[in-house]
Amino acid sequence: MTSSTDDAGVQPGGSNSPPVAIELQGISKAFGLVQANKDVSIRVEAGTIHGIVGENGAGKSTLMSILYGFYEADAGTIQIDGKQVQIKNSNDAIAAGIGMVHQHFMLVDTFTVLENVMMGAESGALLRDSVVAARAELERLESEYGLHVDPDALASELPVGQLQRVEILKALYRGARILILDEPTGVLTPQEAEQLFRILGALKDQGVTIVLITHKLREIMDVTDNVEVMRHGQMVAHRKTSETDKGELAELMVGRKMRTDLQKQDANPGETALIVENLTVRDSYGIAKVDNVSFEVKTGEIVGIAGVSGNGQSELLEALSGITGLDEGRIVYGDREVTPSAPVNPEEVRKLSVAHVPEDRQKLGLVTDFPAWESSILGYHRDEALQKGLFLDPEIVKTQCVSLMEQFDVRPPTPDIKSANFSGGNQQKLILAREIDRNPKVLLVGQPTRGVDIGAIEFIHRQLVDLRDKGGAVLLISVELDEVMTLADRILVMFEGRIVAEVAGDKADEKTLGLMMANAFSETPSSDENVSGASA
Amino acid sequence: MEDAFVFITLTANATVRVATPLILCAMAGLFSERSGIIDISLEGKMLGGAFMAASVSYATDSAWLGLMAAIMFSMVLAMLHGFACITHNGNQVVSGVALNMLMSGLTVVMGIAWFSRGGQTPGVSPDGRFLPINLPFAEALSDVPIIGTFYSGFLSGHNALVYLAFLAVPATWWVVYRTRFGLRLRAVGENPHAVDTAGISVAWLRYRGLLICGGLTGVAGAYLSIAQNASFVREMSAGQGYIALAAMIFGKWRPVPAMLACLMFGLLDAIAIRLQGVVVPGIGEVPVQLIQALPYVLTVVLLAGFIGKSVAPKAIGVPYVKER
Repeated sequence: MTSSTDDAGVQPGGSNSPPVAIELQGISKAFGLVQANKDVSIRVEAGTIHGIVGENGAGKSTLMSILYGFYEADAGTIQIDGKQVQIKNSNDAIAAGIGMVHQHFMLVDTFTVLENVMMGAESGALLRDSVVAARAELERLESEYGLHVDPDALASELPVGQLQRVEILKALYRGARILILDEPTGVLTPQEAEQLFRILGALKDQGVTIVLITHKLREIMDVTDNVEVMRHGQMVAHRKTSETDKGELAELMVGRKMRTDLQKQDANPGETALIVENLTVRDSYGIAKVDNVSFEVKTGEIVGIAGVSGNGQSELLEALSGITGLDEGRIVYGDREVTPSAPVNPEEVRKLSVAHVPEDRQKLGLVTDFPAWESSILGYHRDEALQKGLFLDPEIVKTQCVSLMEQFDVRPPTPDIKSANFSGGNQQKLILAREIDRNPKVLLVGQPTRGVDIGAIEFIHRQLVDLRDKGGAVLLISVELDEVMTLADRILVMFEGRIVAEVAGDKADEKTLGLMMANAFSETPSSDENVSGASA
Repeated sequence: MEDAFVFITLTANATVRVATPLILCAMAGLFSERSGIIDISLEGKMLGGAFMAASVSYATDSAWLGLMAAIMFSMVLAMLHGFACITHNGNQVVSGVALNMLMSGLTVVMGIAWFSRGGQTPGVSPDGRFLPINLPFAEALSDVPIIGTFYSGFLSGHNALVYLAFLAVPATWWVVYRTRFGLRLRAVGENPHAVDTAGISVAWLRYRGLLICGGLTGVAGAYLSIAQNASFVREMSAGQGYIALAAMIFGKWRPVPAMLACLMFGLLDAIAIRLQGVVVPGIGEVPVQLIQALPYVLTVVLLAGFIGKSVAPKAIGVPYVKER
């Protein structure tokens, strides 16, 4: 379903249209009930860098795994360099000149680089000759593409950037003319990513065709020649990179305008529901992960905590929800004061009408092996209303679960389905239903929309605002700047465990917040006394 | 001086005799576990091999046919283990324990059915056994001090399977570290995904590892029933498969250290036999049972305390499934 472009040539390899390296037609693949790829067609011109973008779960990786022979397609044809090929396993793909750099490296840790590169492509039954041949070939590849890796280093001792080069070398060693990279920059530092793109450029100059799977639009704009957009297992658009922009691609990826303007009235803050004073939480090494943090959350407002992941947000949330203790300072929920000497546990926190939607729904939010109805009462399972005599009454719980599912649009609304089998968005809605339904005074929310599809995001945001309007105090912790800016009435910025800035929600702009998150914002208006004090 | 030398030679010979099946089984286990399949069924395969060797040797009066039968039968058992663990992603420990129990019972049942001797096989004739081989000039050199005695008293005079066992160690080392198959075998035990994406069949590689494993346990079984002894006796493997497994882990899944561990267990056993009936001053005669228990006690102690960091192949025990 490629949208028509100015690629006039229908015949591959026609005289004036560039030769086609890969042509997939009508590829479909289902895993059980999930249709991962549906009638996908794609043409990749030889010697170009071809990007494939899409949200998590759009089917990009599945499509490439089919091309590499990891899965077999249910339907469709594959043509490589104009010839139809059957790719039943990775061996067939390698024979067709396809190499793949997987998201999780396919290396043997206890092997040297040399052993990893030659494994599966040895030149004979004995290793001696293979080692000599592989060493020579590695040297050649190094001089040709500038891919330097010490051939005798153990894979377990190399940094990820180098390991990725080993993967590329593996593919080239097998004579790959088509290189697929699946989310290659996810594990790299920006500098390593920069080097990778230089290498890809060198490969392209040598005539290698590169398919780059990513969800980072900046990379697409920087390095690709053509780009393909996938959504819900289907190919929805094809563009020349020079003729599109990030905004259009983003819209295509999610299927509509990105920034949904959430209708929300001004906050009407009331009494203080949660006080945090000089809170410090240390890790097992004694390092302060949350460092002398103080703030308040009032009823009827959403306070957002923005920050780059790993700056103490998770630890703050765990301390507030009673999962971990605190080392210094105090937390006050209503009239209960929590100090290092008077700790609290999650059960008591819940009884104080403080609900918690954890950051990691699969590890902390649900028991994925439980049916939905059991997951729908976790943390509230001692509730008298759910019991019958000594025991939990499944009928009562299931009835309650169905009503929660209907109210919160959890699909399918079937309480007997295993929690793991709901999509991310529906799992999150189920947790939200469980926590919000009891009208908590305080709601602690971590990353409410991580890995959630766009429709569910909107719904979840609506629920949080509704709770606020009913007088709930909401503390929102999110690494998604858009989310914090959309929802929060006040934004606190966290950096290295400290709160480094506070901004009113309607006055925030992305650039300023970004600088604050990197603690690089210096031109603070001098309303703050501390700034002049520090610079003096 | 001469007495001490005789004592050492005798103990060394006893050590070798006891260590032979252990070494064969340890090498067998190494091929299986390096491919990522836990093999607790060395014991059962060896027992089955012992039974087949004795039965066929008795029927044909040929030690070599007995050996072949043992190898084939143990390979079939290994394939059963592979079918459960590789093809059907079963639990490797459960499958191994099942094989051990199956062989413990089935050898006796078949023994009763075929020979009606309470589960034993009849005695095998000398033609049906592997008898000690005298190396060339062993007689002539026996009078030469030290070297001659060592040659004729220790190196010479073992049966063919003993020499085979000690050849199996460098052979295993060579296959595992110097051949393409060995490289892939080590890779599949560490990261089967890497092997699969390199275009190699994980299942076929593991099946081949298990086939070699089965063959070697078959040789070990034949050693028990038609070399060391002259018939099959129920439960004659007596836990040696487990000891061999322990020795292999003790040797950190490497051929030479595994062999050394087997020799150590053999030595303990040989000393235990020597100590029987010896009166220790102040204590009196040491009970036989205590001495017999000594190797096992030491196994536990050594495994628990002195093995150091032993890192198993990373993918061991985990069935290979292409993840979604």
